[in-house]
Amino acid sequence: MDVTVLIVKGIIILVIFGITLLIATYSTYAERKVAAFLQDRIGPNRAGPWGLLQPIADAGKMFFKEDFIPSQASKWLFILGPCLAMLTALMSSAVIPFGDSIRFAWNKVNYDVAVQGIEINIGVLYIFGVVSLGVYGVMVGGWASNNKFSLLGAIRAASQNISYEIALGLSLIAILMMTGSLSVRSIVNEQASFFEWNIFTQPLGFIIFLTCSFAECNRTPFDLPECETELVGGYHTEYSSMKLGFYLFAEYINMFVSSAFISALYFGGFHYPFMNEVSGLLEKSLGVVAGHNVATALTVVVFFAKIFFFIFFFMWVRWTLPRFRYDQLMNLGWKTFIPLAILNVVVTGAGLLYNFKYSSWLIAIVMIVLAVTSIARTPKREPIPQKI
Amino acid sequence: MQLTNRSKQVSNKEMTLAEKMYLPAVISGLAITIRHFFRKKPTIQYPEVKKYLGPIYRGHHVLKRDEQGRERCTACGLCAVACPAEAISMIAAERKKGEENLYREEKYAAVYEINMLRCIFCGLCEEACPKQAVYLRHDRMVPVFQERDEVVYGKDKLVEKLDDRYVRVNNSEVKTTPTEPSLTRAAT
Repeated sequence: MDVTVLIVKGIIILVIFGITLLIATYSTYAERKVAAFLQDRIGPNRAGPWGLLQPIADAGKMFFKEDFIPSQASKWLFILGPCLAMLTALMSSAVIPFGDSIRFAWNKVNYDVAVQGIEINIGVLYIFGVVSLGVYGVMVGGWASNNKFSLLGAIRAASQNISYEIALGLSLIAILMMTGSLSVRSIVNEQASFFEWNIFTQPLGFIIFLTCSFAECNRTPFDLPECETELVGGYHTEYSSMKLGFYLFAEYINMFVSSAFISALYFGGFHYPFMNEVSGLLEKSLGVVAGHNVATALTVVVFFAKIFFFIFFFMWVRWTLPRFRYDQLMNLGWKTFIPLAILNVVVTGAGLLYNFKYSSWLIAIVMIVLAVTSIARTPKREPIPQKI
Repeated sequence: MQLTNRSKQVSNKEMTLAEKMYLPAVISGLAITIRHFFRKKPTIQYPEVKKYLGPIYRGHHVLKRDEQGRERCTACGLCAVACPAEAISMIAAERKKGEENLYREEKYAAVYEINMLRCIFCGLCEEACPKQAVYLRHDRMVPVFQERDEVVYGKDKLVEKLDDRYVRVNNSEVKTTPTEPSLTRAAT
């Protein structure tokens, strides 16, 4: 019995690992395609049908490039940088629940194995720990390059990630207070009914969390660490070949993981409306074991649909918003998001005291009212007469 | 000086709270980009789809034949003189007895070469020609070459083939025909 669980678990872990890599690979393709479509272009379409083999061609190109290490660079750290980035990126998907559970019968007893790398009761903490380790990859790589631009990029990355991690954590505390658990699965299970999805109970927290995860992934509008207009290539200026590939790849894996994390925390994870009815119907018609597994497959599909939407959203925002200036970035993080997140925690806590889950809306409503009045109060600007 | 009325006066006024919140502007920006996502793409897939470039496009050179299929060129050299890139060279020869069905006049170009690396497709040879012999076709481009010895085009590539006569059509009917090499293959 234990062996079977171990085998099923091992298969799940391998599959999750493979899927993570596959999705990261095809995110590069999707990024180029989405970028092209948003700019009224067509995008890569020469390698294979619709350019589907493009990522493989890119990888081939990466492998055949010269793997260059600058003579003044610290060699081991230079190699360690991309390894760290890749390692931490791949580690974080372990605790995300991708679906309900796989059921198999053994000696007429039904065993359920959760579709999840590993279920631990500190899942959220684990992700935070690993994600904050992710900065080391960038930091070590940029520092070891012995290049001023790389170092500047690395410093930017470090300070940006540290600043936004605070707001990220604080916005999550409201959810943790409502759930009373650090396990990602129990947070997901808490959102079983549609209107208890955390996006409806925590709209403000969601916006803060989303923005901060953009900053954590170094994605536009917060991609200052690799901002090519100022820093040549940022922290990976000196990198070439597959080491550069690893950095870029790690970014896409991070994007996938944070999309998964956002959908698990705020969009009900693998839940969808009328899930219980559907799975009940399936178990009745297909039998308890097969029906349950089909229902699980459905939850996995739903979860991946949510993830893909957020990956698309990441790309969508990238081609919509221009990059922030560095002081704007810091102002936004420290002066706006952290106070707002703390306020959110206080208001949510006060609401929970009276068993009212939706108290976070109070802040949202007050902010909307203030914004509308601020628009109404400002005097209409006189149109400046134009000289002809 | 104002050239258009589209210029906008920039102001550095204090932002209102709604503007400081960024979100309304972000959402309207997202709406704009997603509209572009579903818009029809203007790209023309070049090697597969070719656009009709109009009757005045200057492409591949052609040495015309007349109605009876005789070469019109008399090797006067005016095109070579007119050519600003000095791409054209030729050797003249006298027509022999019995060659009247090949060459229209007593003198003809035994060798006529255009160096396609030098040619700038200005069309001055076409203008200079007193015999209406050299034209730049509007419907065909000089293909890409990889080797240097492919560059100089001789009479074998330039003289109009009898089964592939070139006519420059100036009417609007052809406009819709989008693609392939010879748009008009009507025999003269």
